[in-house]
Amino acid sequence: MCLAVPGKVLESQDIGFNRIAKVQFGGVTRKVYLDFVPEAGVGDYVLVHVGFAISKIDEAEAQRTLALLEEMGAILDEGGE
Amino acid sequence: MKYIDEYRDGKLAESIAQAIRGRLTQPRVLMEICGGQTHTIMRYGLEDLLPPEIELVHGPGCPVCVAPLEVIDQALAIAAQPEVIFVSYGDMLRVPGSRTDLFRVKAAGGDVRIAYSPMDAVRLARENPSRPVVFFGIGFETTAPANAMAVWQASREGLRNFSMLAAHVLVPPAMRAILASPACRVEGLIAPGHVCTVMGSREYEDLARDFHLPIVIGGFEPVDLLEAIRLLVDQLEDGRAQVENQYVRAVTRTGNLAAQRIMEQVFEVCDQKWRGIGEIPASGYRIRAEFARYDAQRVFGTGQITADEPKECISALVLQGLKKPSDCAVFGARCTPEFPLGAPMVSSEGVCAAYYAYRRHAPGGPQ
Amino acid sequence: MSLFVCPVPLATRDTILLGHGSGGKLSAELLRDVFLPAFANPVLDRLEDQASIAVGGARLAFTTDSFVVKPLFFRGGDIGSLAVHGTVNDLAVGGARPLYLSAAFILEEGFPVASLRRIVESMRAAARQAGVDIVTGDTKVVEHGKGDGVYINTTGIGLLRDGLQLSAANARAGDAVILSGSLGDHGIAILSEREGLELETEVRSDSAALNTLVDAMLDASLQIRVMRDPTRGGLASTLNEIAGQSRVGIEIDERAIRVNEAVRGACELLGFDPLYVANEGKLAAVVARDEAEAVVDAMRRHPLGSDAAIVGWITNAHPGLVTMRTAFGTTRIVDMLSGDQLPRIC
Repeated sequence: MCLAVPGKVLESQDIGFNRIAKVQFGGVTRKVYLDFVPEAGVGDYVLVHVGFAISKIDEAEAQRTLALLEEMGAILDEGGE
Repeated sequence: MKYIDEYRDGKLAESIAQAIRGRLTQPRVLMEICGGQTHTIMRYGLEDLLPPEIELVHGPGCPVCVAPLEVIDQALAIAAQPEVIFVSYGDMLRVPGSRTDLFRVKAAGGDVRIAYSPMDAVRLARENPSRPVVFFGIGFETTAPANAMAVWQASREGLRNFSMLAAHVLVPPAMRAILASPACRVEGLIAPGHVCTVMGSREYEDLARDFHLPIVIGGFEPVDLLEAIRLLVDQLEDGRAQVENQYVRAVTRTGNLAAQRIMEQVFEVCDQKWRGIGEIPASGYRIRAEFARYDAQRVFGTGQITADEPKECISALVLQGLKKPSDCAVFGARCTPEFPLGAPMVSSEGVCAAYYAYRRHAPGGPQ
Repeated sequence: MSLFVCPVPLATRDTILLGHGSGGKLSAELLRDVFLPAFANPVLDRLEDQASIAVGGARLAFTTDSFVVKPLFFRGGDIGSLAVHGTVNDLAVGGARPLYLSAAFILEEGFPVASLRRIVESMRAAARQAGVDIVTGDTKVVEHGKGDGVYINTTGIGLLRDGLQLSAANARAGDAVILSGSLGDHGIAILSEREGLELETEVRSDSAALNTLVDAMLDASLQIRVMRDPTRGGLASTLNEIAGQSRVGIEIDERAIRVNEAVRGACELLGFDPLYVANEGKLAAVVARDEAEAVVDAMRRHPLGSDAAIVGWITNAHPGLVTMRTAFGTTRIVDMLSGDQLPRIC
């Protein structure tokens, strides 16, 4: 379960007790609470669940994983099937 | 959409499936815990890409399905009260209680509203100071921090009319109970990626060790799940039993400490009943005494409501992965999303609902 | 297996639920269990979006629709323009030239006349653009608290084109399924303006009169079996209705279906499937295979059909069932929903 969607932080500010950001998901934006990921800055991607960011997407790790998968694909192709 | 589309790439999926086929030497039974993962498996037909020797068994990862019957009944009792604004996540509206559900309570005049975020309920409380606003706080560890924040926020603002009916369930104790059952055939586990985003992967190290079980923290997109399965197959073929993280872009070993802190402030661990499974020790959260005025159960005195779980219902066996929905005599016949007999048929992440939406016409399912 | 039987179901459905109005299974049940048995007659029993009747020497199409949308005003339209477009479209997809509409208003005591003027002006403009006249109407007022500002019913009459028998029962194996444009714009536009979800987006409702698009299609080919505008319940419900009534299978291709970025983002966030989200300016058509390209070309030359495409095929396999080949390469079933999609956390 846990529908959490990655979105891009467009802006953020401290309002009252909270840190609140405007996050973009495809062509839609929504207010998101950054209280659990206060270090997220403009341009960062965060994973959002019920209006709260629960983690910052680790761009480097994501790239690494995809690169590894693509490499594996290439090797398998070369090996033939 | 970034970080979504790349993980729905069919070509990547095919390479992973190929790698799995290349490695697998014997049948394996794997369990994915999370309802969202079950949903992805069904929606993308992942079982068609996997070798038939891999059997995927679906675990109890649907907090909507496992919220105890008496909590649903308590929610219904509160929502039916005249002045109350009852706010809930959309998932809960169709879940059947002992006699009715939130949709019917709404139809009868209850002020039941859907929220995307618990902070919406806090806002409603602020905007309607003369009416009690109650938020139905269900969920796993992924949702618990947000629910905790709502209570914490209400207390900081001194909102006298806000309270939460809480029913949180924790994954690792439930997994321990399921794995300890003698009927359990699971050889490898896909752990719930978003729960681990909050709690960290470290919670699963004991399980891997105690049951000598390979565990891979998996994401929710089809490529994530296939990759998690590939890592499990590798472990099984190598004879390893470790906790590995496939969902590295979101999960770390320690998780989100800020989220864990807020939960610790507002909640405490308690024994918890899981609908269809029974009571599992230390598997839930309740609101701490310091926040008693925000605990709807105490505010409305509904703690006395009890409910009898039907003992012969197959939900229990399905949620523990011991039976499939298609094994159920009434699946797709008397039990459908329009006339659900149990929660797994109603919740969008319920395994029965997922089967019904995507699989019931497949060979082996009822026609 | 017989040991594991679930307990007796909950109280049977004896009150109306919101789901009965959402165009999915519950709506179909209400029709089947309450309305059809009472009103049964050969015209009604065909269950098309509009009734075709012969009066004197003329073949007329006759349809009605009620509009209860909230909010009343939204990006891309309002309840008034929606009320005109909706009924014009029901006539058009039945192969009729829309001629006359009636407009009945149920107003809530206290509703601002200025808002009513806005709505009426919007209806005037929509009717003018569609080439129809609003020739009769009615107004009722209910007490404050007993209505939602305004409800509108429009009823329409049109003249059926000769030589055309459009019906949801006409689809045959081998036919092409054509969609006029992107999915989900109306539903997401409405949702984004609803209080509580706080979604910011530029998505506009696609509400539009489709009659001139239909004319262009019929000019290109008369081998069109059925046309429908996928409103509540989305494309999925429309295709399921066709599959059921024609007793055929339908296979669509996810890659051929267009969803705008903003609609996609909103759907991901709320856990919605665009196939089930409402549209108000799109149409789906089943066309004989050999004529499909010609129809698509004609559509693409029309402003409302610039993104028209063949999105699937009618098949003899799995009659009554709609399946989709995913962008992923696998196949999934596209079932009817029972009620509305709800924003979910799971």
